[in-house]
Amino acid sequence: MARIGVFICHCGTNIASVVDVEKVAQAAKSMPGVAFATDYKYMCSEPGQAMIKQAIEEHHLDRIVIGSCSPRMHELTFRKMLKGTSVNPYMLEIANLREQCAWVHTDRVKATEKAINLVRMSVAKVGNNKPLHTSMIPITKKALVIGGGIAGIQAALDIADCGFDVTIVEKEPSIGGHMVMLDKTFPTMDCSVCISTPKMVDAGAHPNITLKTYCEVESVSGYIGNFEVTIKEKTKYVNHDLCTGCGLCQTKCPTKVISEFNQGMSKRPAIYIPFAQAVPSKPVIDENACLKLTKDKCGICEKICPLGAINYKDEIRYTKEQFGAIVVATGYELADWKKMYPEYGGGRYEDVITGLQFERLVNASGPTEGHIVRPSDGKEPKDVVIVKCVGSRDPKKGKSYCSRACCMYSAKHAHQILDKIPGSRVYIFYMDVRTPGKGYEEFYDNTRRDGAQYIRGRVSKIYKEDDKLIVKGEDSLLGRPVTVEADMVILATAMEPAPKIEEVVQKLGISMDKDKWIQEAHPKLRPVETQSAGIFLCGTCQGPKDIPDTVAQASAAAAKVAAILCHDEMETSPMISSVDQTKCSGCGFCVPTCPYKAISLVEVPGRDGNRKVTKTVAQVNEGLCQGCGCCNAACRTGCIDLKGFTNDQILKEVDALCL
Amino acid sequence: MEKILNREEGRFLADRIAKEADVKLYECYQCGKCSAGCPMAGSFDLMPRQIVHLMHLGDMDSVMKSKSIWLCASCHTCVERCPHDIDIPTLMEKSRMEAQKRGICAVRNVKLFNDIFTETIRGFGKSQEVILEGAYNVTSGRLLQDMANVPAMLQKEIVRPELNSVKDRDHIRDIMNKCEKGGAVR
Amino acid sequence: MKSYAYFPGCSMDSTAVTYKKSFEYIAEKIGLGLKEIPDWSCCGSTAAHTKNEMMALSLAARNIAIAEEKLPGLDIVTPCAACFSRLRYANWAARKDETIRKEIQSVIAMEYQAKPEILNFLDLFSEPEIREKITSGVKRSLKGMKVACYYGCLMSRPREVTGETDPENPMKMDEIISLTGAEPVVWDYKTECCGASHQVDAPEAARDLIDRIFRNAKANHADAIVTACPLCNMNLDMREAEINKNFGRKYNIPVFQFTELIAVAMGAGAAECGIHQHFFPAFDLINETLKQNREAEEKLPAAPLTEDPLKSGPVIIGKAGK
Repeated sequence: MARIGVFICHCGTNIASVVDVEKVAQAAKSMPGVAFATDYKYMCSEPGQAMIKQAIEEHHLDRIVIGSCSPRMHELTFRKMLKGTSVNPYMLEIANLREQCAWVHTDRVKATEKAINLVRMSVAKVGNNKPLHTSMIPITKKALVIGGGIAGIQAALDIADCGFDVTIVEKEPSIGGHMVMLDKTFPTMDCSVCISTPKMVDAGAHPNITLKTYCEVESVSGYIGNFEVTIKEKTKYVNHDLCTGCGLCQTKCPTKVISEFNQGMSKRPAIYIPFAQAVPSKPVIDENACLKLTKDKCGICEKICPLGAINYKDEIRYTKEQFGAIVVATGYELADWKKMYPEYGGGRYEDVITGLQFERLVNASGPTEGHIVRPSDGKEPKDVVIVKCVGSRDPKKGKSYCSRACCMYSAKHAHQILDKIPGSRVYIFYMDVRTPGKGYEEFYDNTRRDGAQYIRGRVSKIYKEDDKLIVKGEDSLLGRPVTVEADMVILATAMEPAPKIEEVVQKLGISMDKDKWIQEAHPKLRPVETQSAGIFLCGTCQGPKDIPDTVAQASAAAAKVAAILCHDEMETSPMISSVDQTKCSGCGFCVPTCPYKAISLVEVPGRDGNRKVTKTVAQVNEGLCQGCGCCNAACRTGCIDLKGFTNDQILKEVDALCL
Repeated sequence: MEKILNREEGRFLADRIAKEADVKLYECYQCGKCSAGCPMAGSFDLMPRQIVHLMHLGDMDSVMKSKSIWLCASCHTCVERCPHDIDIPTLMEKSRMEAQKRGICAVRNVKLFNDIFTETIRGFGKSQEVILEGAYNVTSGRLLQDMANVPAMLQKEIVRPELNSVKDRDHIRDIMNKCEKGGAVR
Repeated sequence: MKSYAYFPGCSMDSTAVTYKKSFEYIAEKIGLGLKEIPDWSCCGSTAAHTKNEMMALSLAARNIAIAEEKLPGLDIVTPCAACFSRLRYANWAARKDETIRKEIQSVIAMEYQAKPEILNFLDLFSEPEIREKITSGVKRSLKGMKVACYYGCLMSRPREVTGETDPENPMKMDEIISLTGAEPVVWDYKTECCGASHQVDAPEAARDLIDRIFRNAKANHADAIVTACPLCNMNLDMREAEINKNFGRKYNIPVFQFTELIAVAMGAGAAECGIHQHFFPAFDLINETLKQNREAEEKLPAAPLTEDPLKSGPVIIGKAGK
């Protein structure tokens, strides 16, 4: 006879304010198999756990039901607690009285009734629980970092410094990401290139780091500790083993196309190293621009390369590698404001630029060698308008979220203009100034002291009349429409996830939020983990953030990776599928439904009456199975059961509610 | 006069107007893009943004007494560019109708012009530009307004002395009377 | 050719003489047959909806209901932006909410299904069939004449009513006017309000709107403004001289209906399309453009003009620039 203990948590007032917890505990006492029931303010707290342990001993409990928050929150906590007791950690059920009851109801009587029912179901289920035991699998002591911006570089360096091998996969020809495009960083005005390129060089030179630039992740299979990743190496048309990066090819290439690195404000050749400090400092050929590759003409680079490194017949290569953990650091792009804001000229005016374009303009290594001039005519602007929240905080035309970094970099831009152009005037149209960082508010103060005019209001229209850009806004503090006749306008455009983020997410089996930012496992307590074990995230792929936050998160993700890779083997979850092969008909329906490729058909000896036969049946690879339950639902004979969620257990729950 | 926010009595009316206009007043974060792009804002006593804010506070009194609700040209530039798609022209229009019901009108000539316009429709079924302008000038006391254009209009045959009208004038009158009896606004 | 129910609107029937003449000229040339809605009435215009919402919807719906009954299956086309807007509003409101449709029915005491699509003249002239006929009917080019296409608010906004996908920068008129050889300029006041509804009752507030439109057209080097609405056109054309006087401006920008330019390109003389009936003199610009193009073309023997431009034009009152 089962001896079930029921523990109802108040969760402070989260549950207790809507559900009569004492009544629930009282009702549980009369449920079949229940030997003990009580309630307590915080079941997850130290005294709460002690109380459960004590009750186990005193009342000889052999299984536990806890009515509390979602199992996603604290199931693991309570399982760990049970490890030190006589009760098997899997003889535990959580009735979700918070998210699925108290938080979504207001009627106390009905909510209490529902809570009792939820507990009754869990009691019925736990009566059929069986002790489960974990097993151990070996871990591949190597990490994959997807994305070679500052987040990916920092995470890779930290993991590598712990002594583990790391591979960085970067889709561009060089690592560095957006940070290396920036001029200065707020609030300290450190030179962005000066502080990021040493890290790039470190990453390139680190004995434990392998750089795979111009590469993409093609597919991912496996699970924590043992991911198998196929990496696609795009066609560089340059043999990097032979190339020394002398750069001769670049100087002779006759084709010139828009430079991505300079945000469209200069040209680059078809064979190119994206920027001077690139790592690796070796070129690739842009196959869409190269005359040889598009029209079978030219071929100059091949002729002049002293090392014979050019290979026009290069092909895409795929390599397979094993990794124990993965860090996603795919970063952001700036949203295309031109489509969203026709009222700002929709891109018709060259002197309406983005913040990132301004970074290139003001950067000593940029197209103007750091001179702030108008892209249209090369003249130095005197009156500059900065418009914040372009695409951010605009649910109709852009994104509903705040892009977080713009308030600060706009202040920085204002400071730089006022500093570099004597007699210049800067007007910043803002809705709110958000400076929640160390030294940030002081930086904003300084920018106002420098002379920046902050006008509270969103700009309605930007257009050109004669030589001036007419910017129409409202000074909402005065309640009066205002116009600025500007020479240049800088738009602080919204950040959005890198393109192709959906593909990455799909390949990794992780999830995104409504804006396609990668979803963290828990916003507060598991901020760098994803829902998939062994896959972590850092930087702006998770949401807009600035460099300090990005770097902090990267180190956090690295610590999480190291915490896995430092073990030789790891426990697996015992809540996985198992096939009753005597009942299996071998139909194979379950095989394609498994997202982890964990099921295969095998031939086993069987009996047909008295005859010995071979029959085909499904078999679950316990190492690959993640316990999702898809096969369970697909199985027509009902011979697949998910341990901990058997058909029998679920039906018992249904009976408890309905009978 | 000091305004005591928690004693504002227009909340019920403001909420009703907002509901009819399918506007959630709390969504407005006062960015001012509406006011910045409003072609008439230069003559407004309250910015479109302030109209929304006053309605949110329940101060319909100030809204109905404003000139802005009469001067709004219903060009819809504000809502086209509004980050929260707040239908300000409809808020203005409905506030104007409510003001009219209460005999409040801060820009007399706008109401006068609309009244004459509606009456010419009631009378002829079609708008009559000559009568409209003439009647407006007489009643508003702006006798000479636009008169400089009259000789050119006649000379260039832009207007003709005869009047256009609908055959079934009773139908038009019926429609208009029914709407007015039916409590004016929907 | 596809036929349409036609709702001319009050202005087309009175003050919009140049619009009417030029449109009729084109219609005859390309064989466009429009069927006027019998005994149509005012759409309610800007006045009705400031007073009473149901009245505004019903006055417009009456015309659609007549079209549904007498001209079944035909879409309705109207030359006026205000009529377009009001008729569209009625259909939009009735389609969105069945109770509104029924209420309108009971007010107008007629069956009203809100079925026909409402098109404006730009929609009509964008129909491939009509475009083709115009292309092949163009006899002389207005090349070199830079025009600012002015659409105004009512054809553009609100987009859920008008169906315009880019209310900040619509292109239909630009594309149509290109058929004449005239060159549409890129400018920024295409859909800014001209304040027509307040020019009479609040002129102090509204004149500024006209000034800004001319200013932007001038800044973008337009020789002329082109409209597709009787109200927009009259508002700009009639008040340009006054703006020049009272605001100290020197605008010299005639305001055409887009149909006038098409008619001219198709060979119409001044009297046939009303070029001489503008408030602000428009004859010289057209004449000069045609003359220059003819001179340019005559050097090329392959393409002589078959007709003397504007030979039938009468004496013009007031030349441009005076």
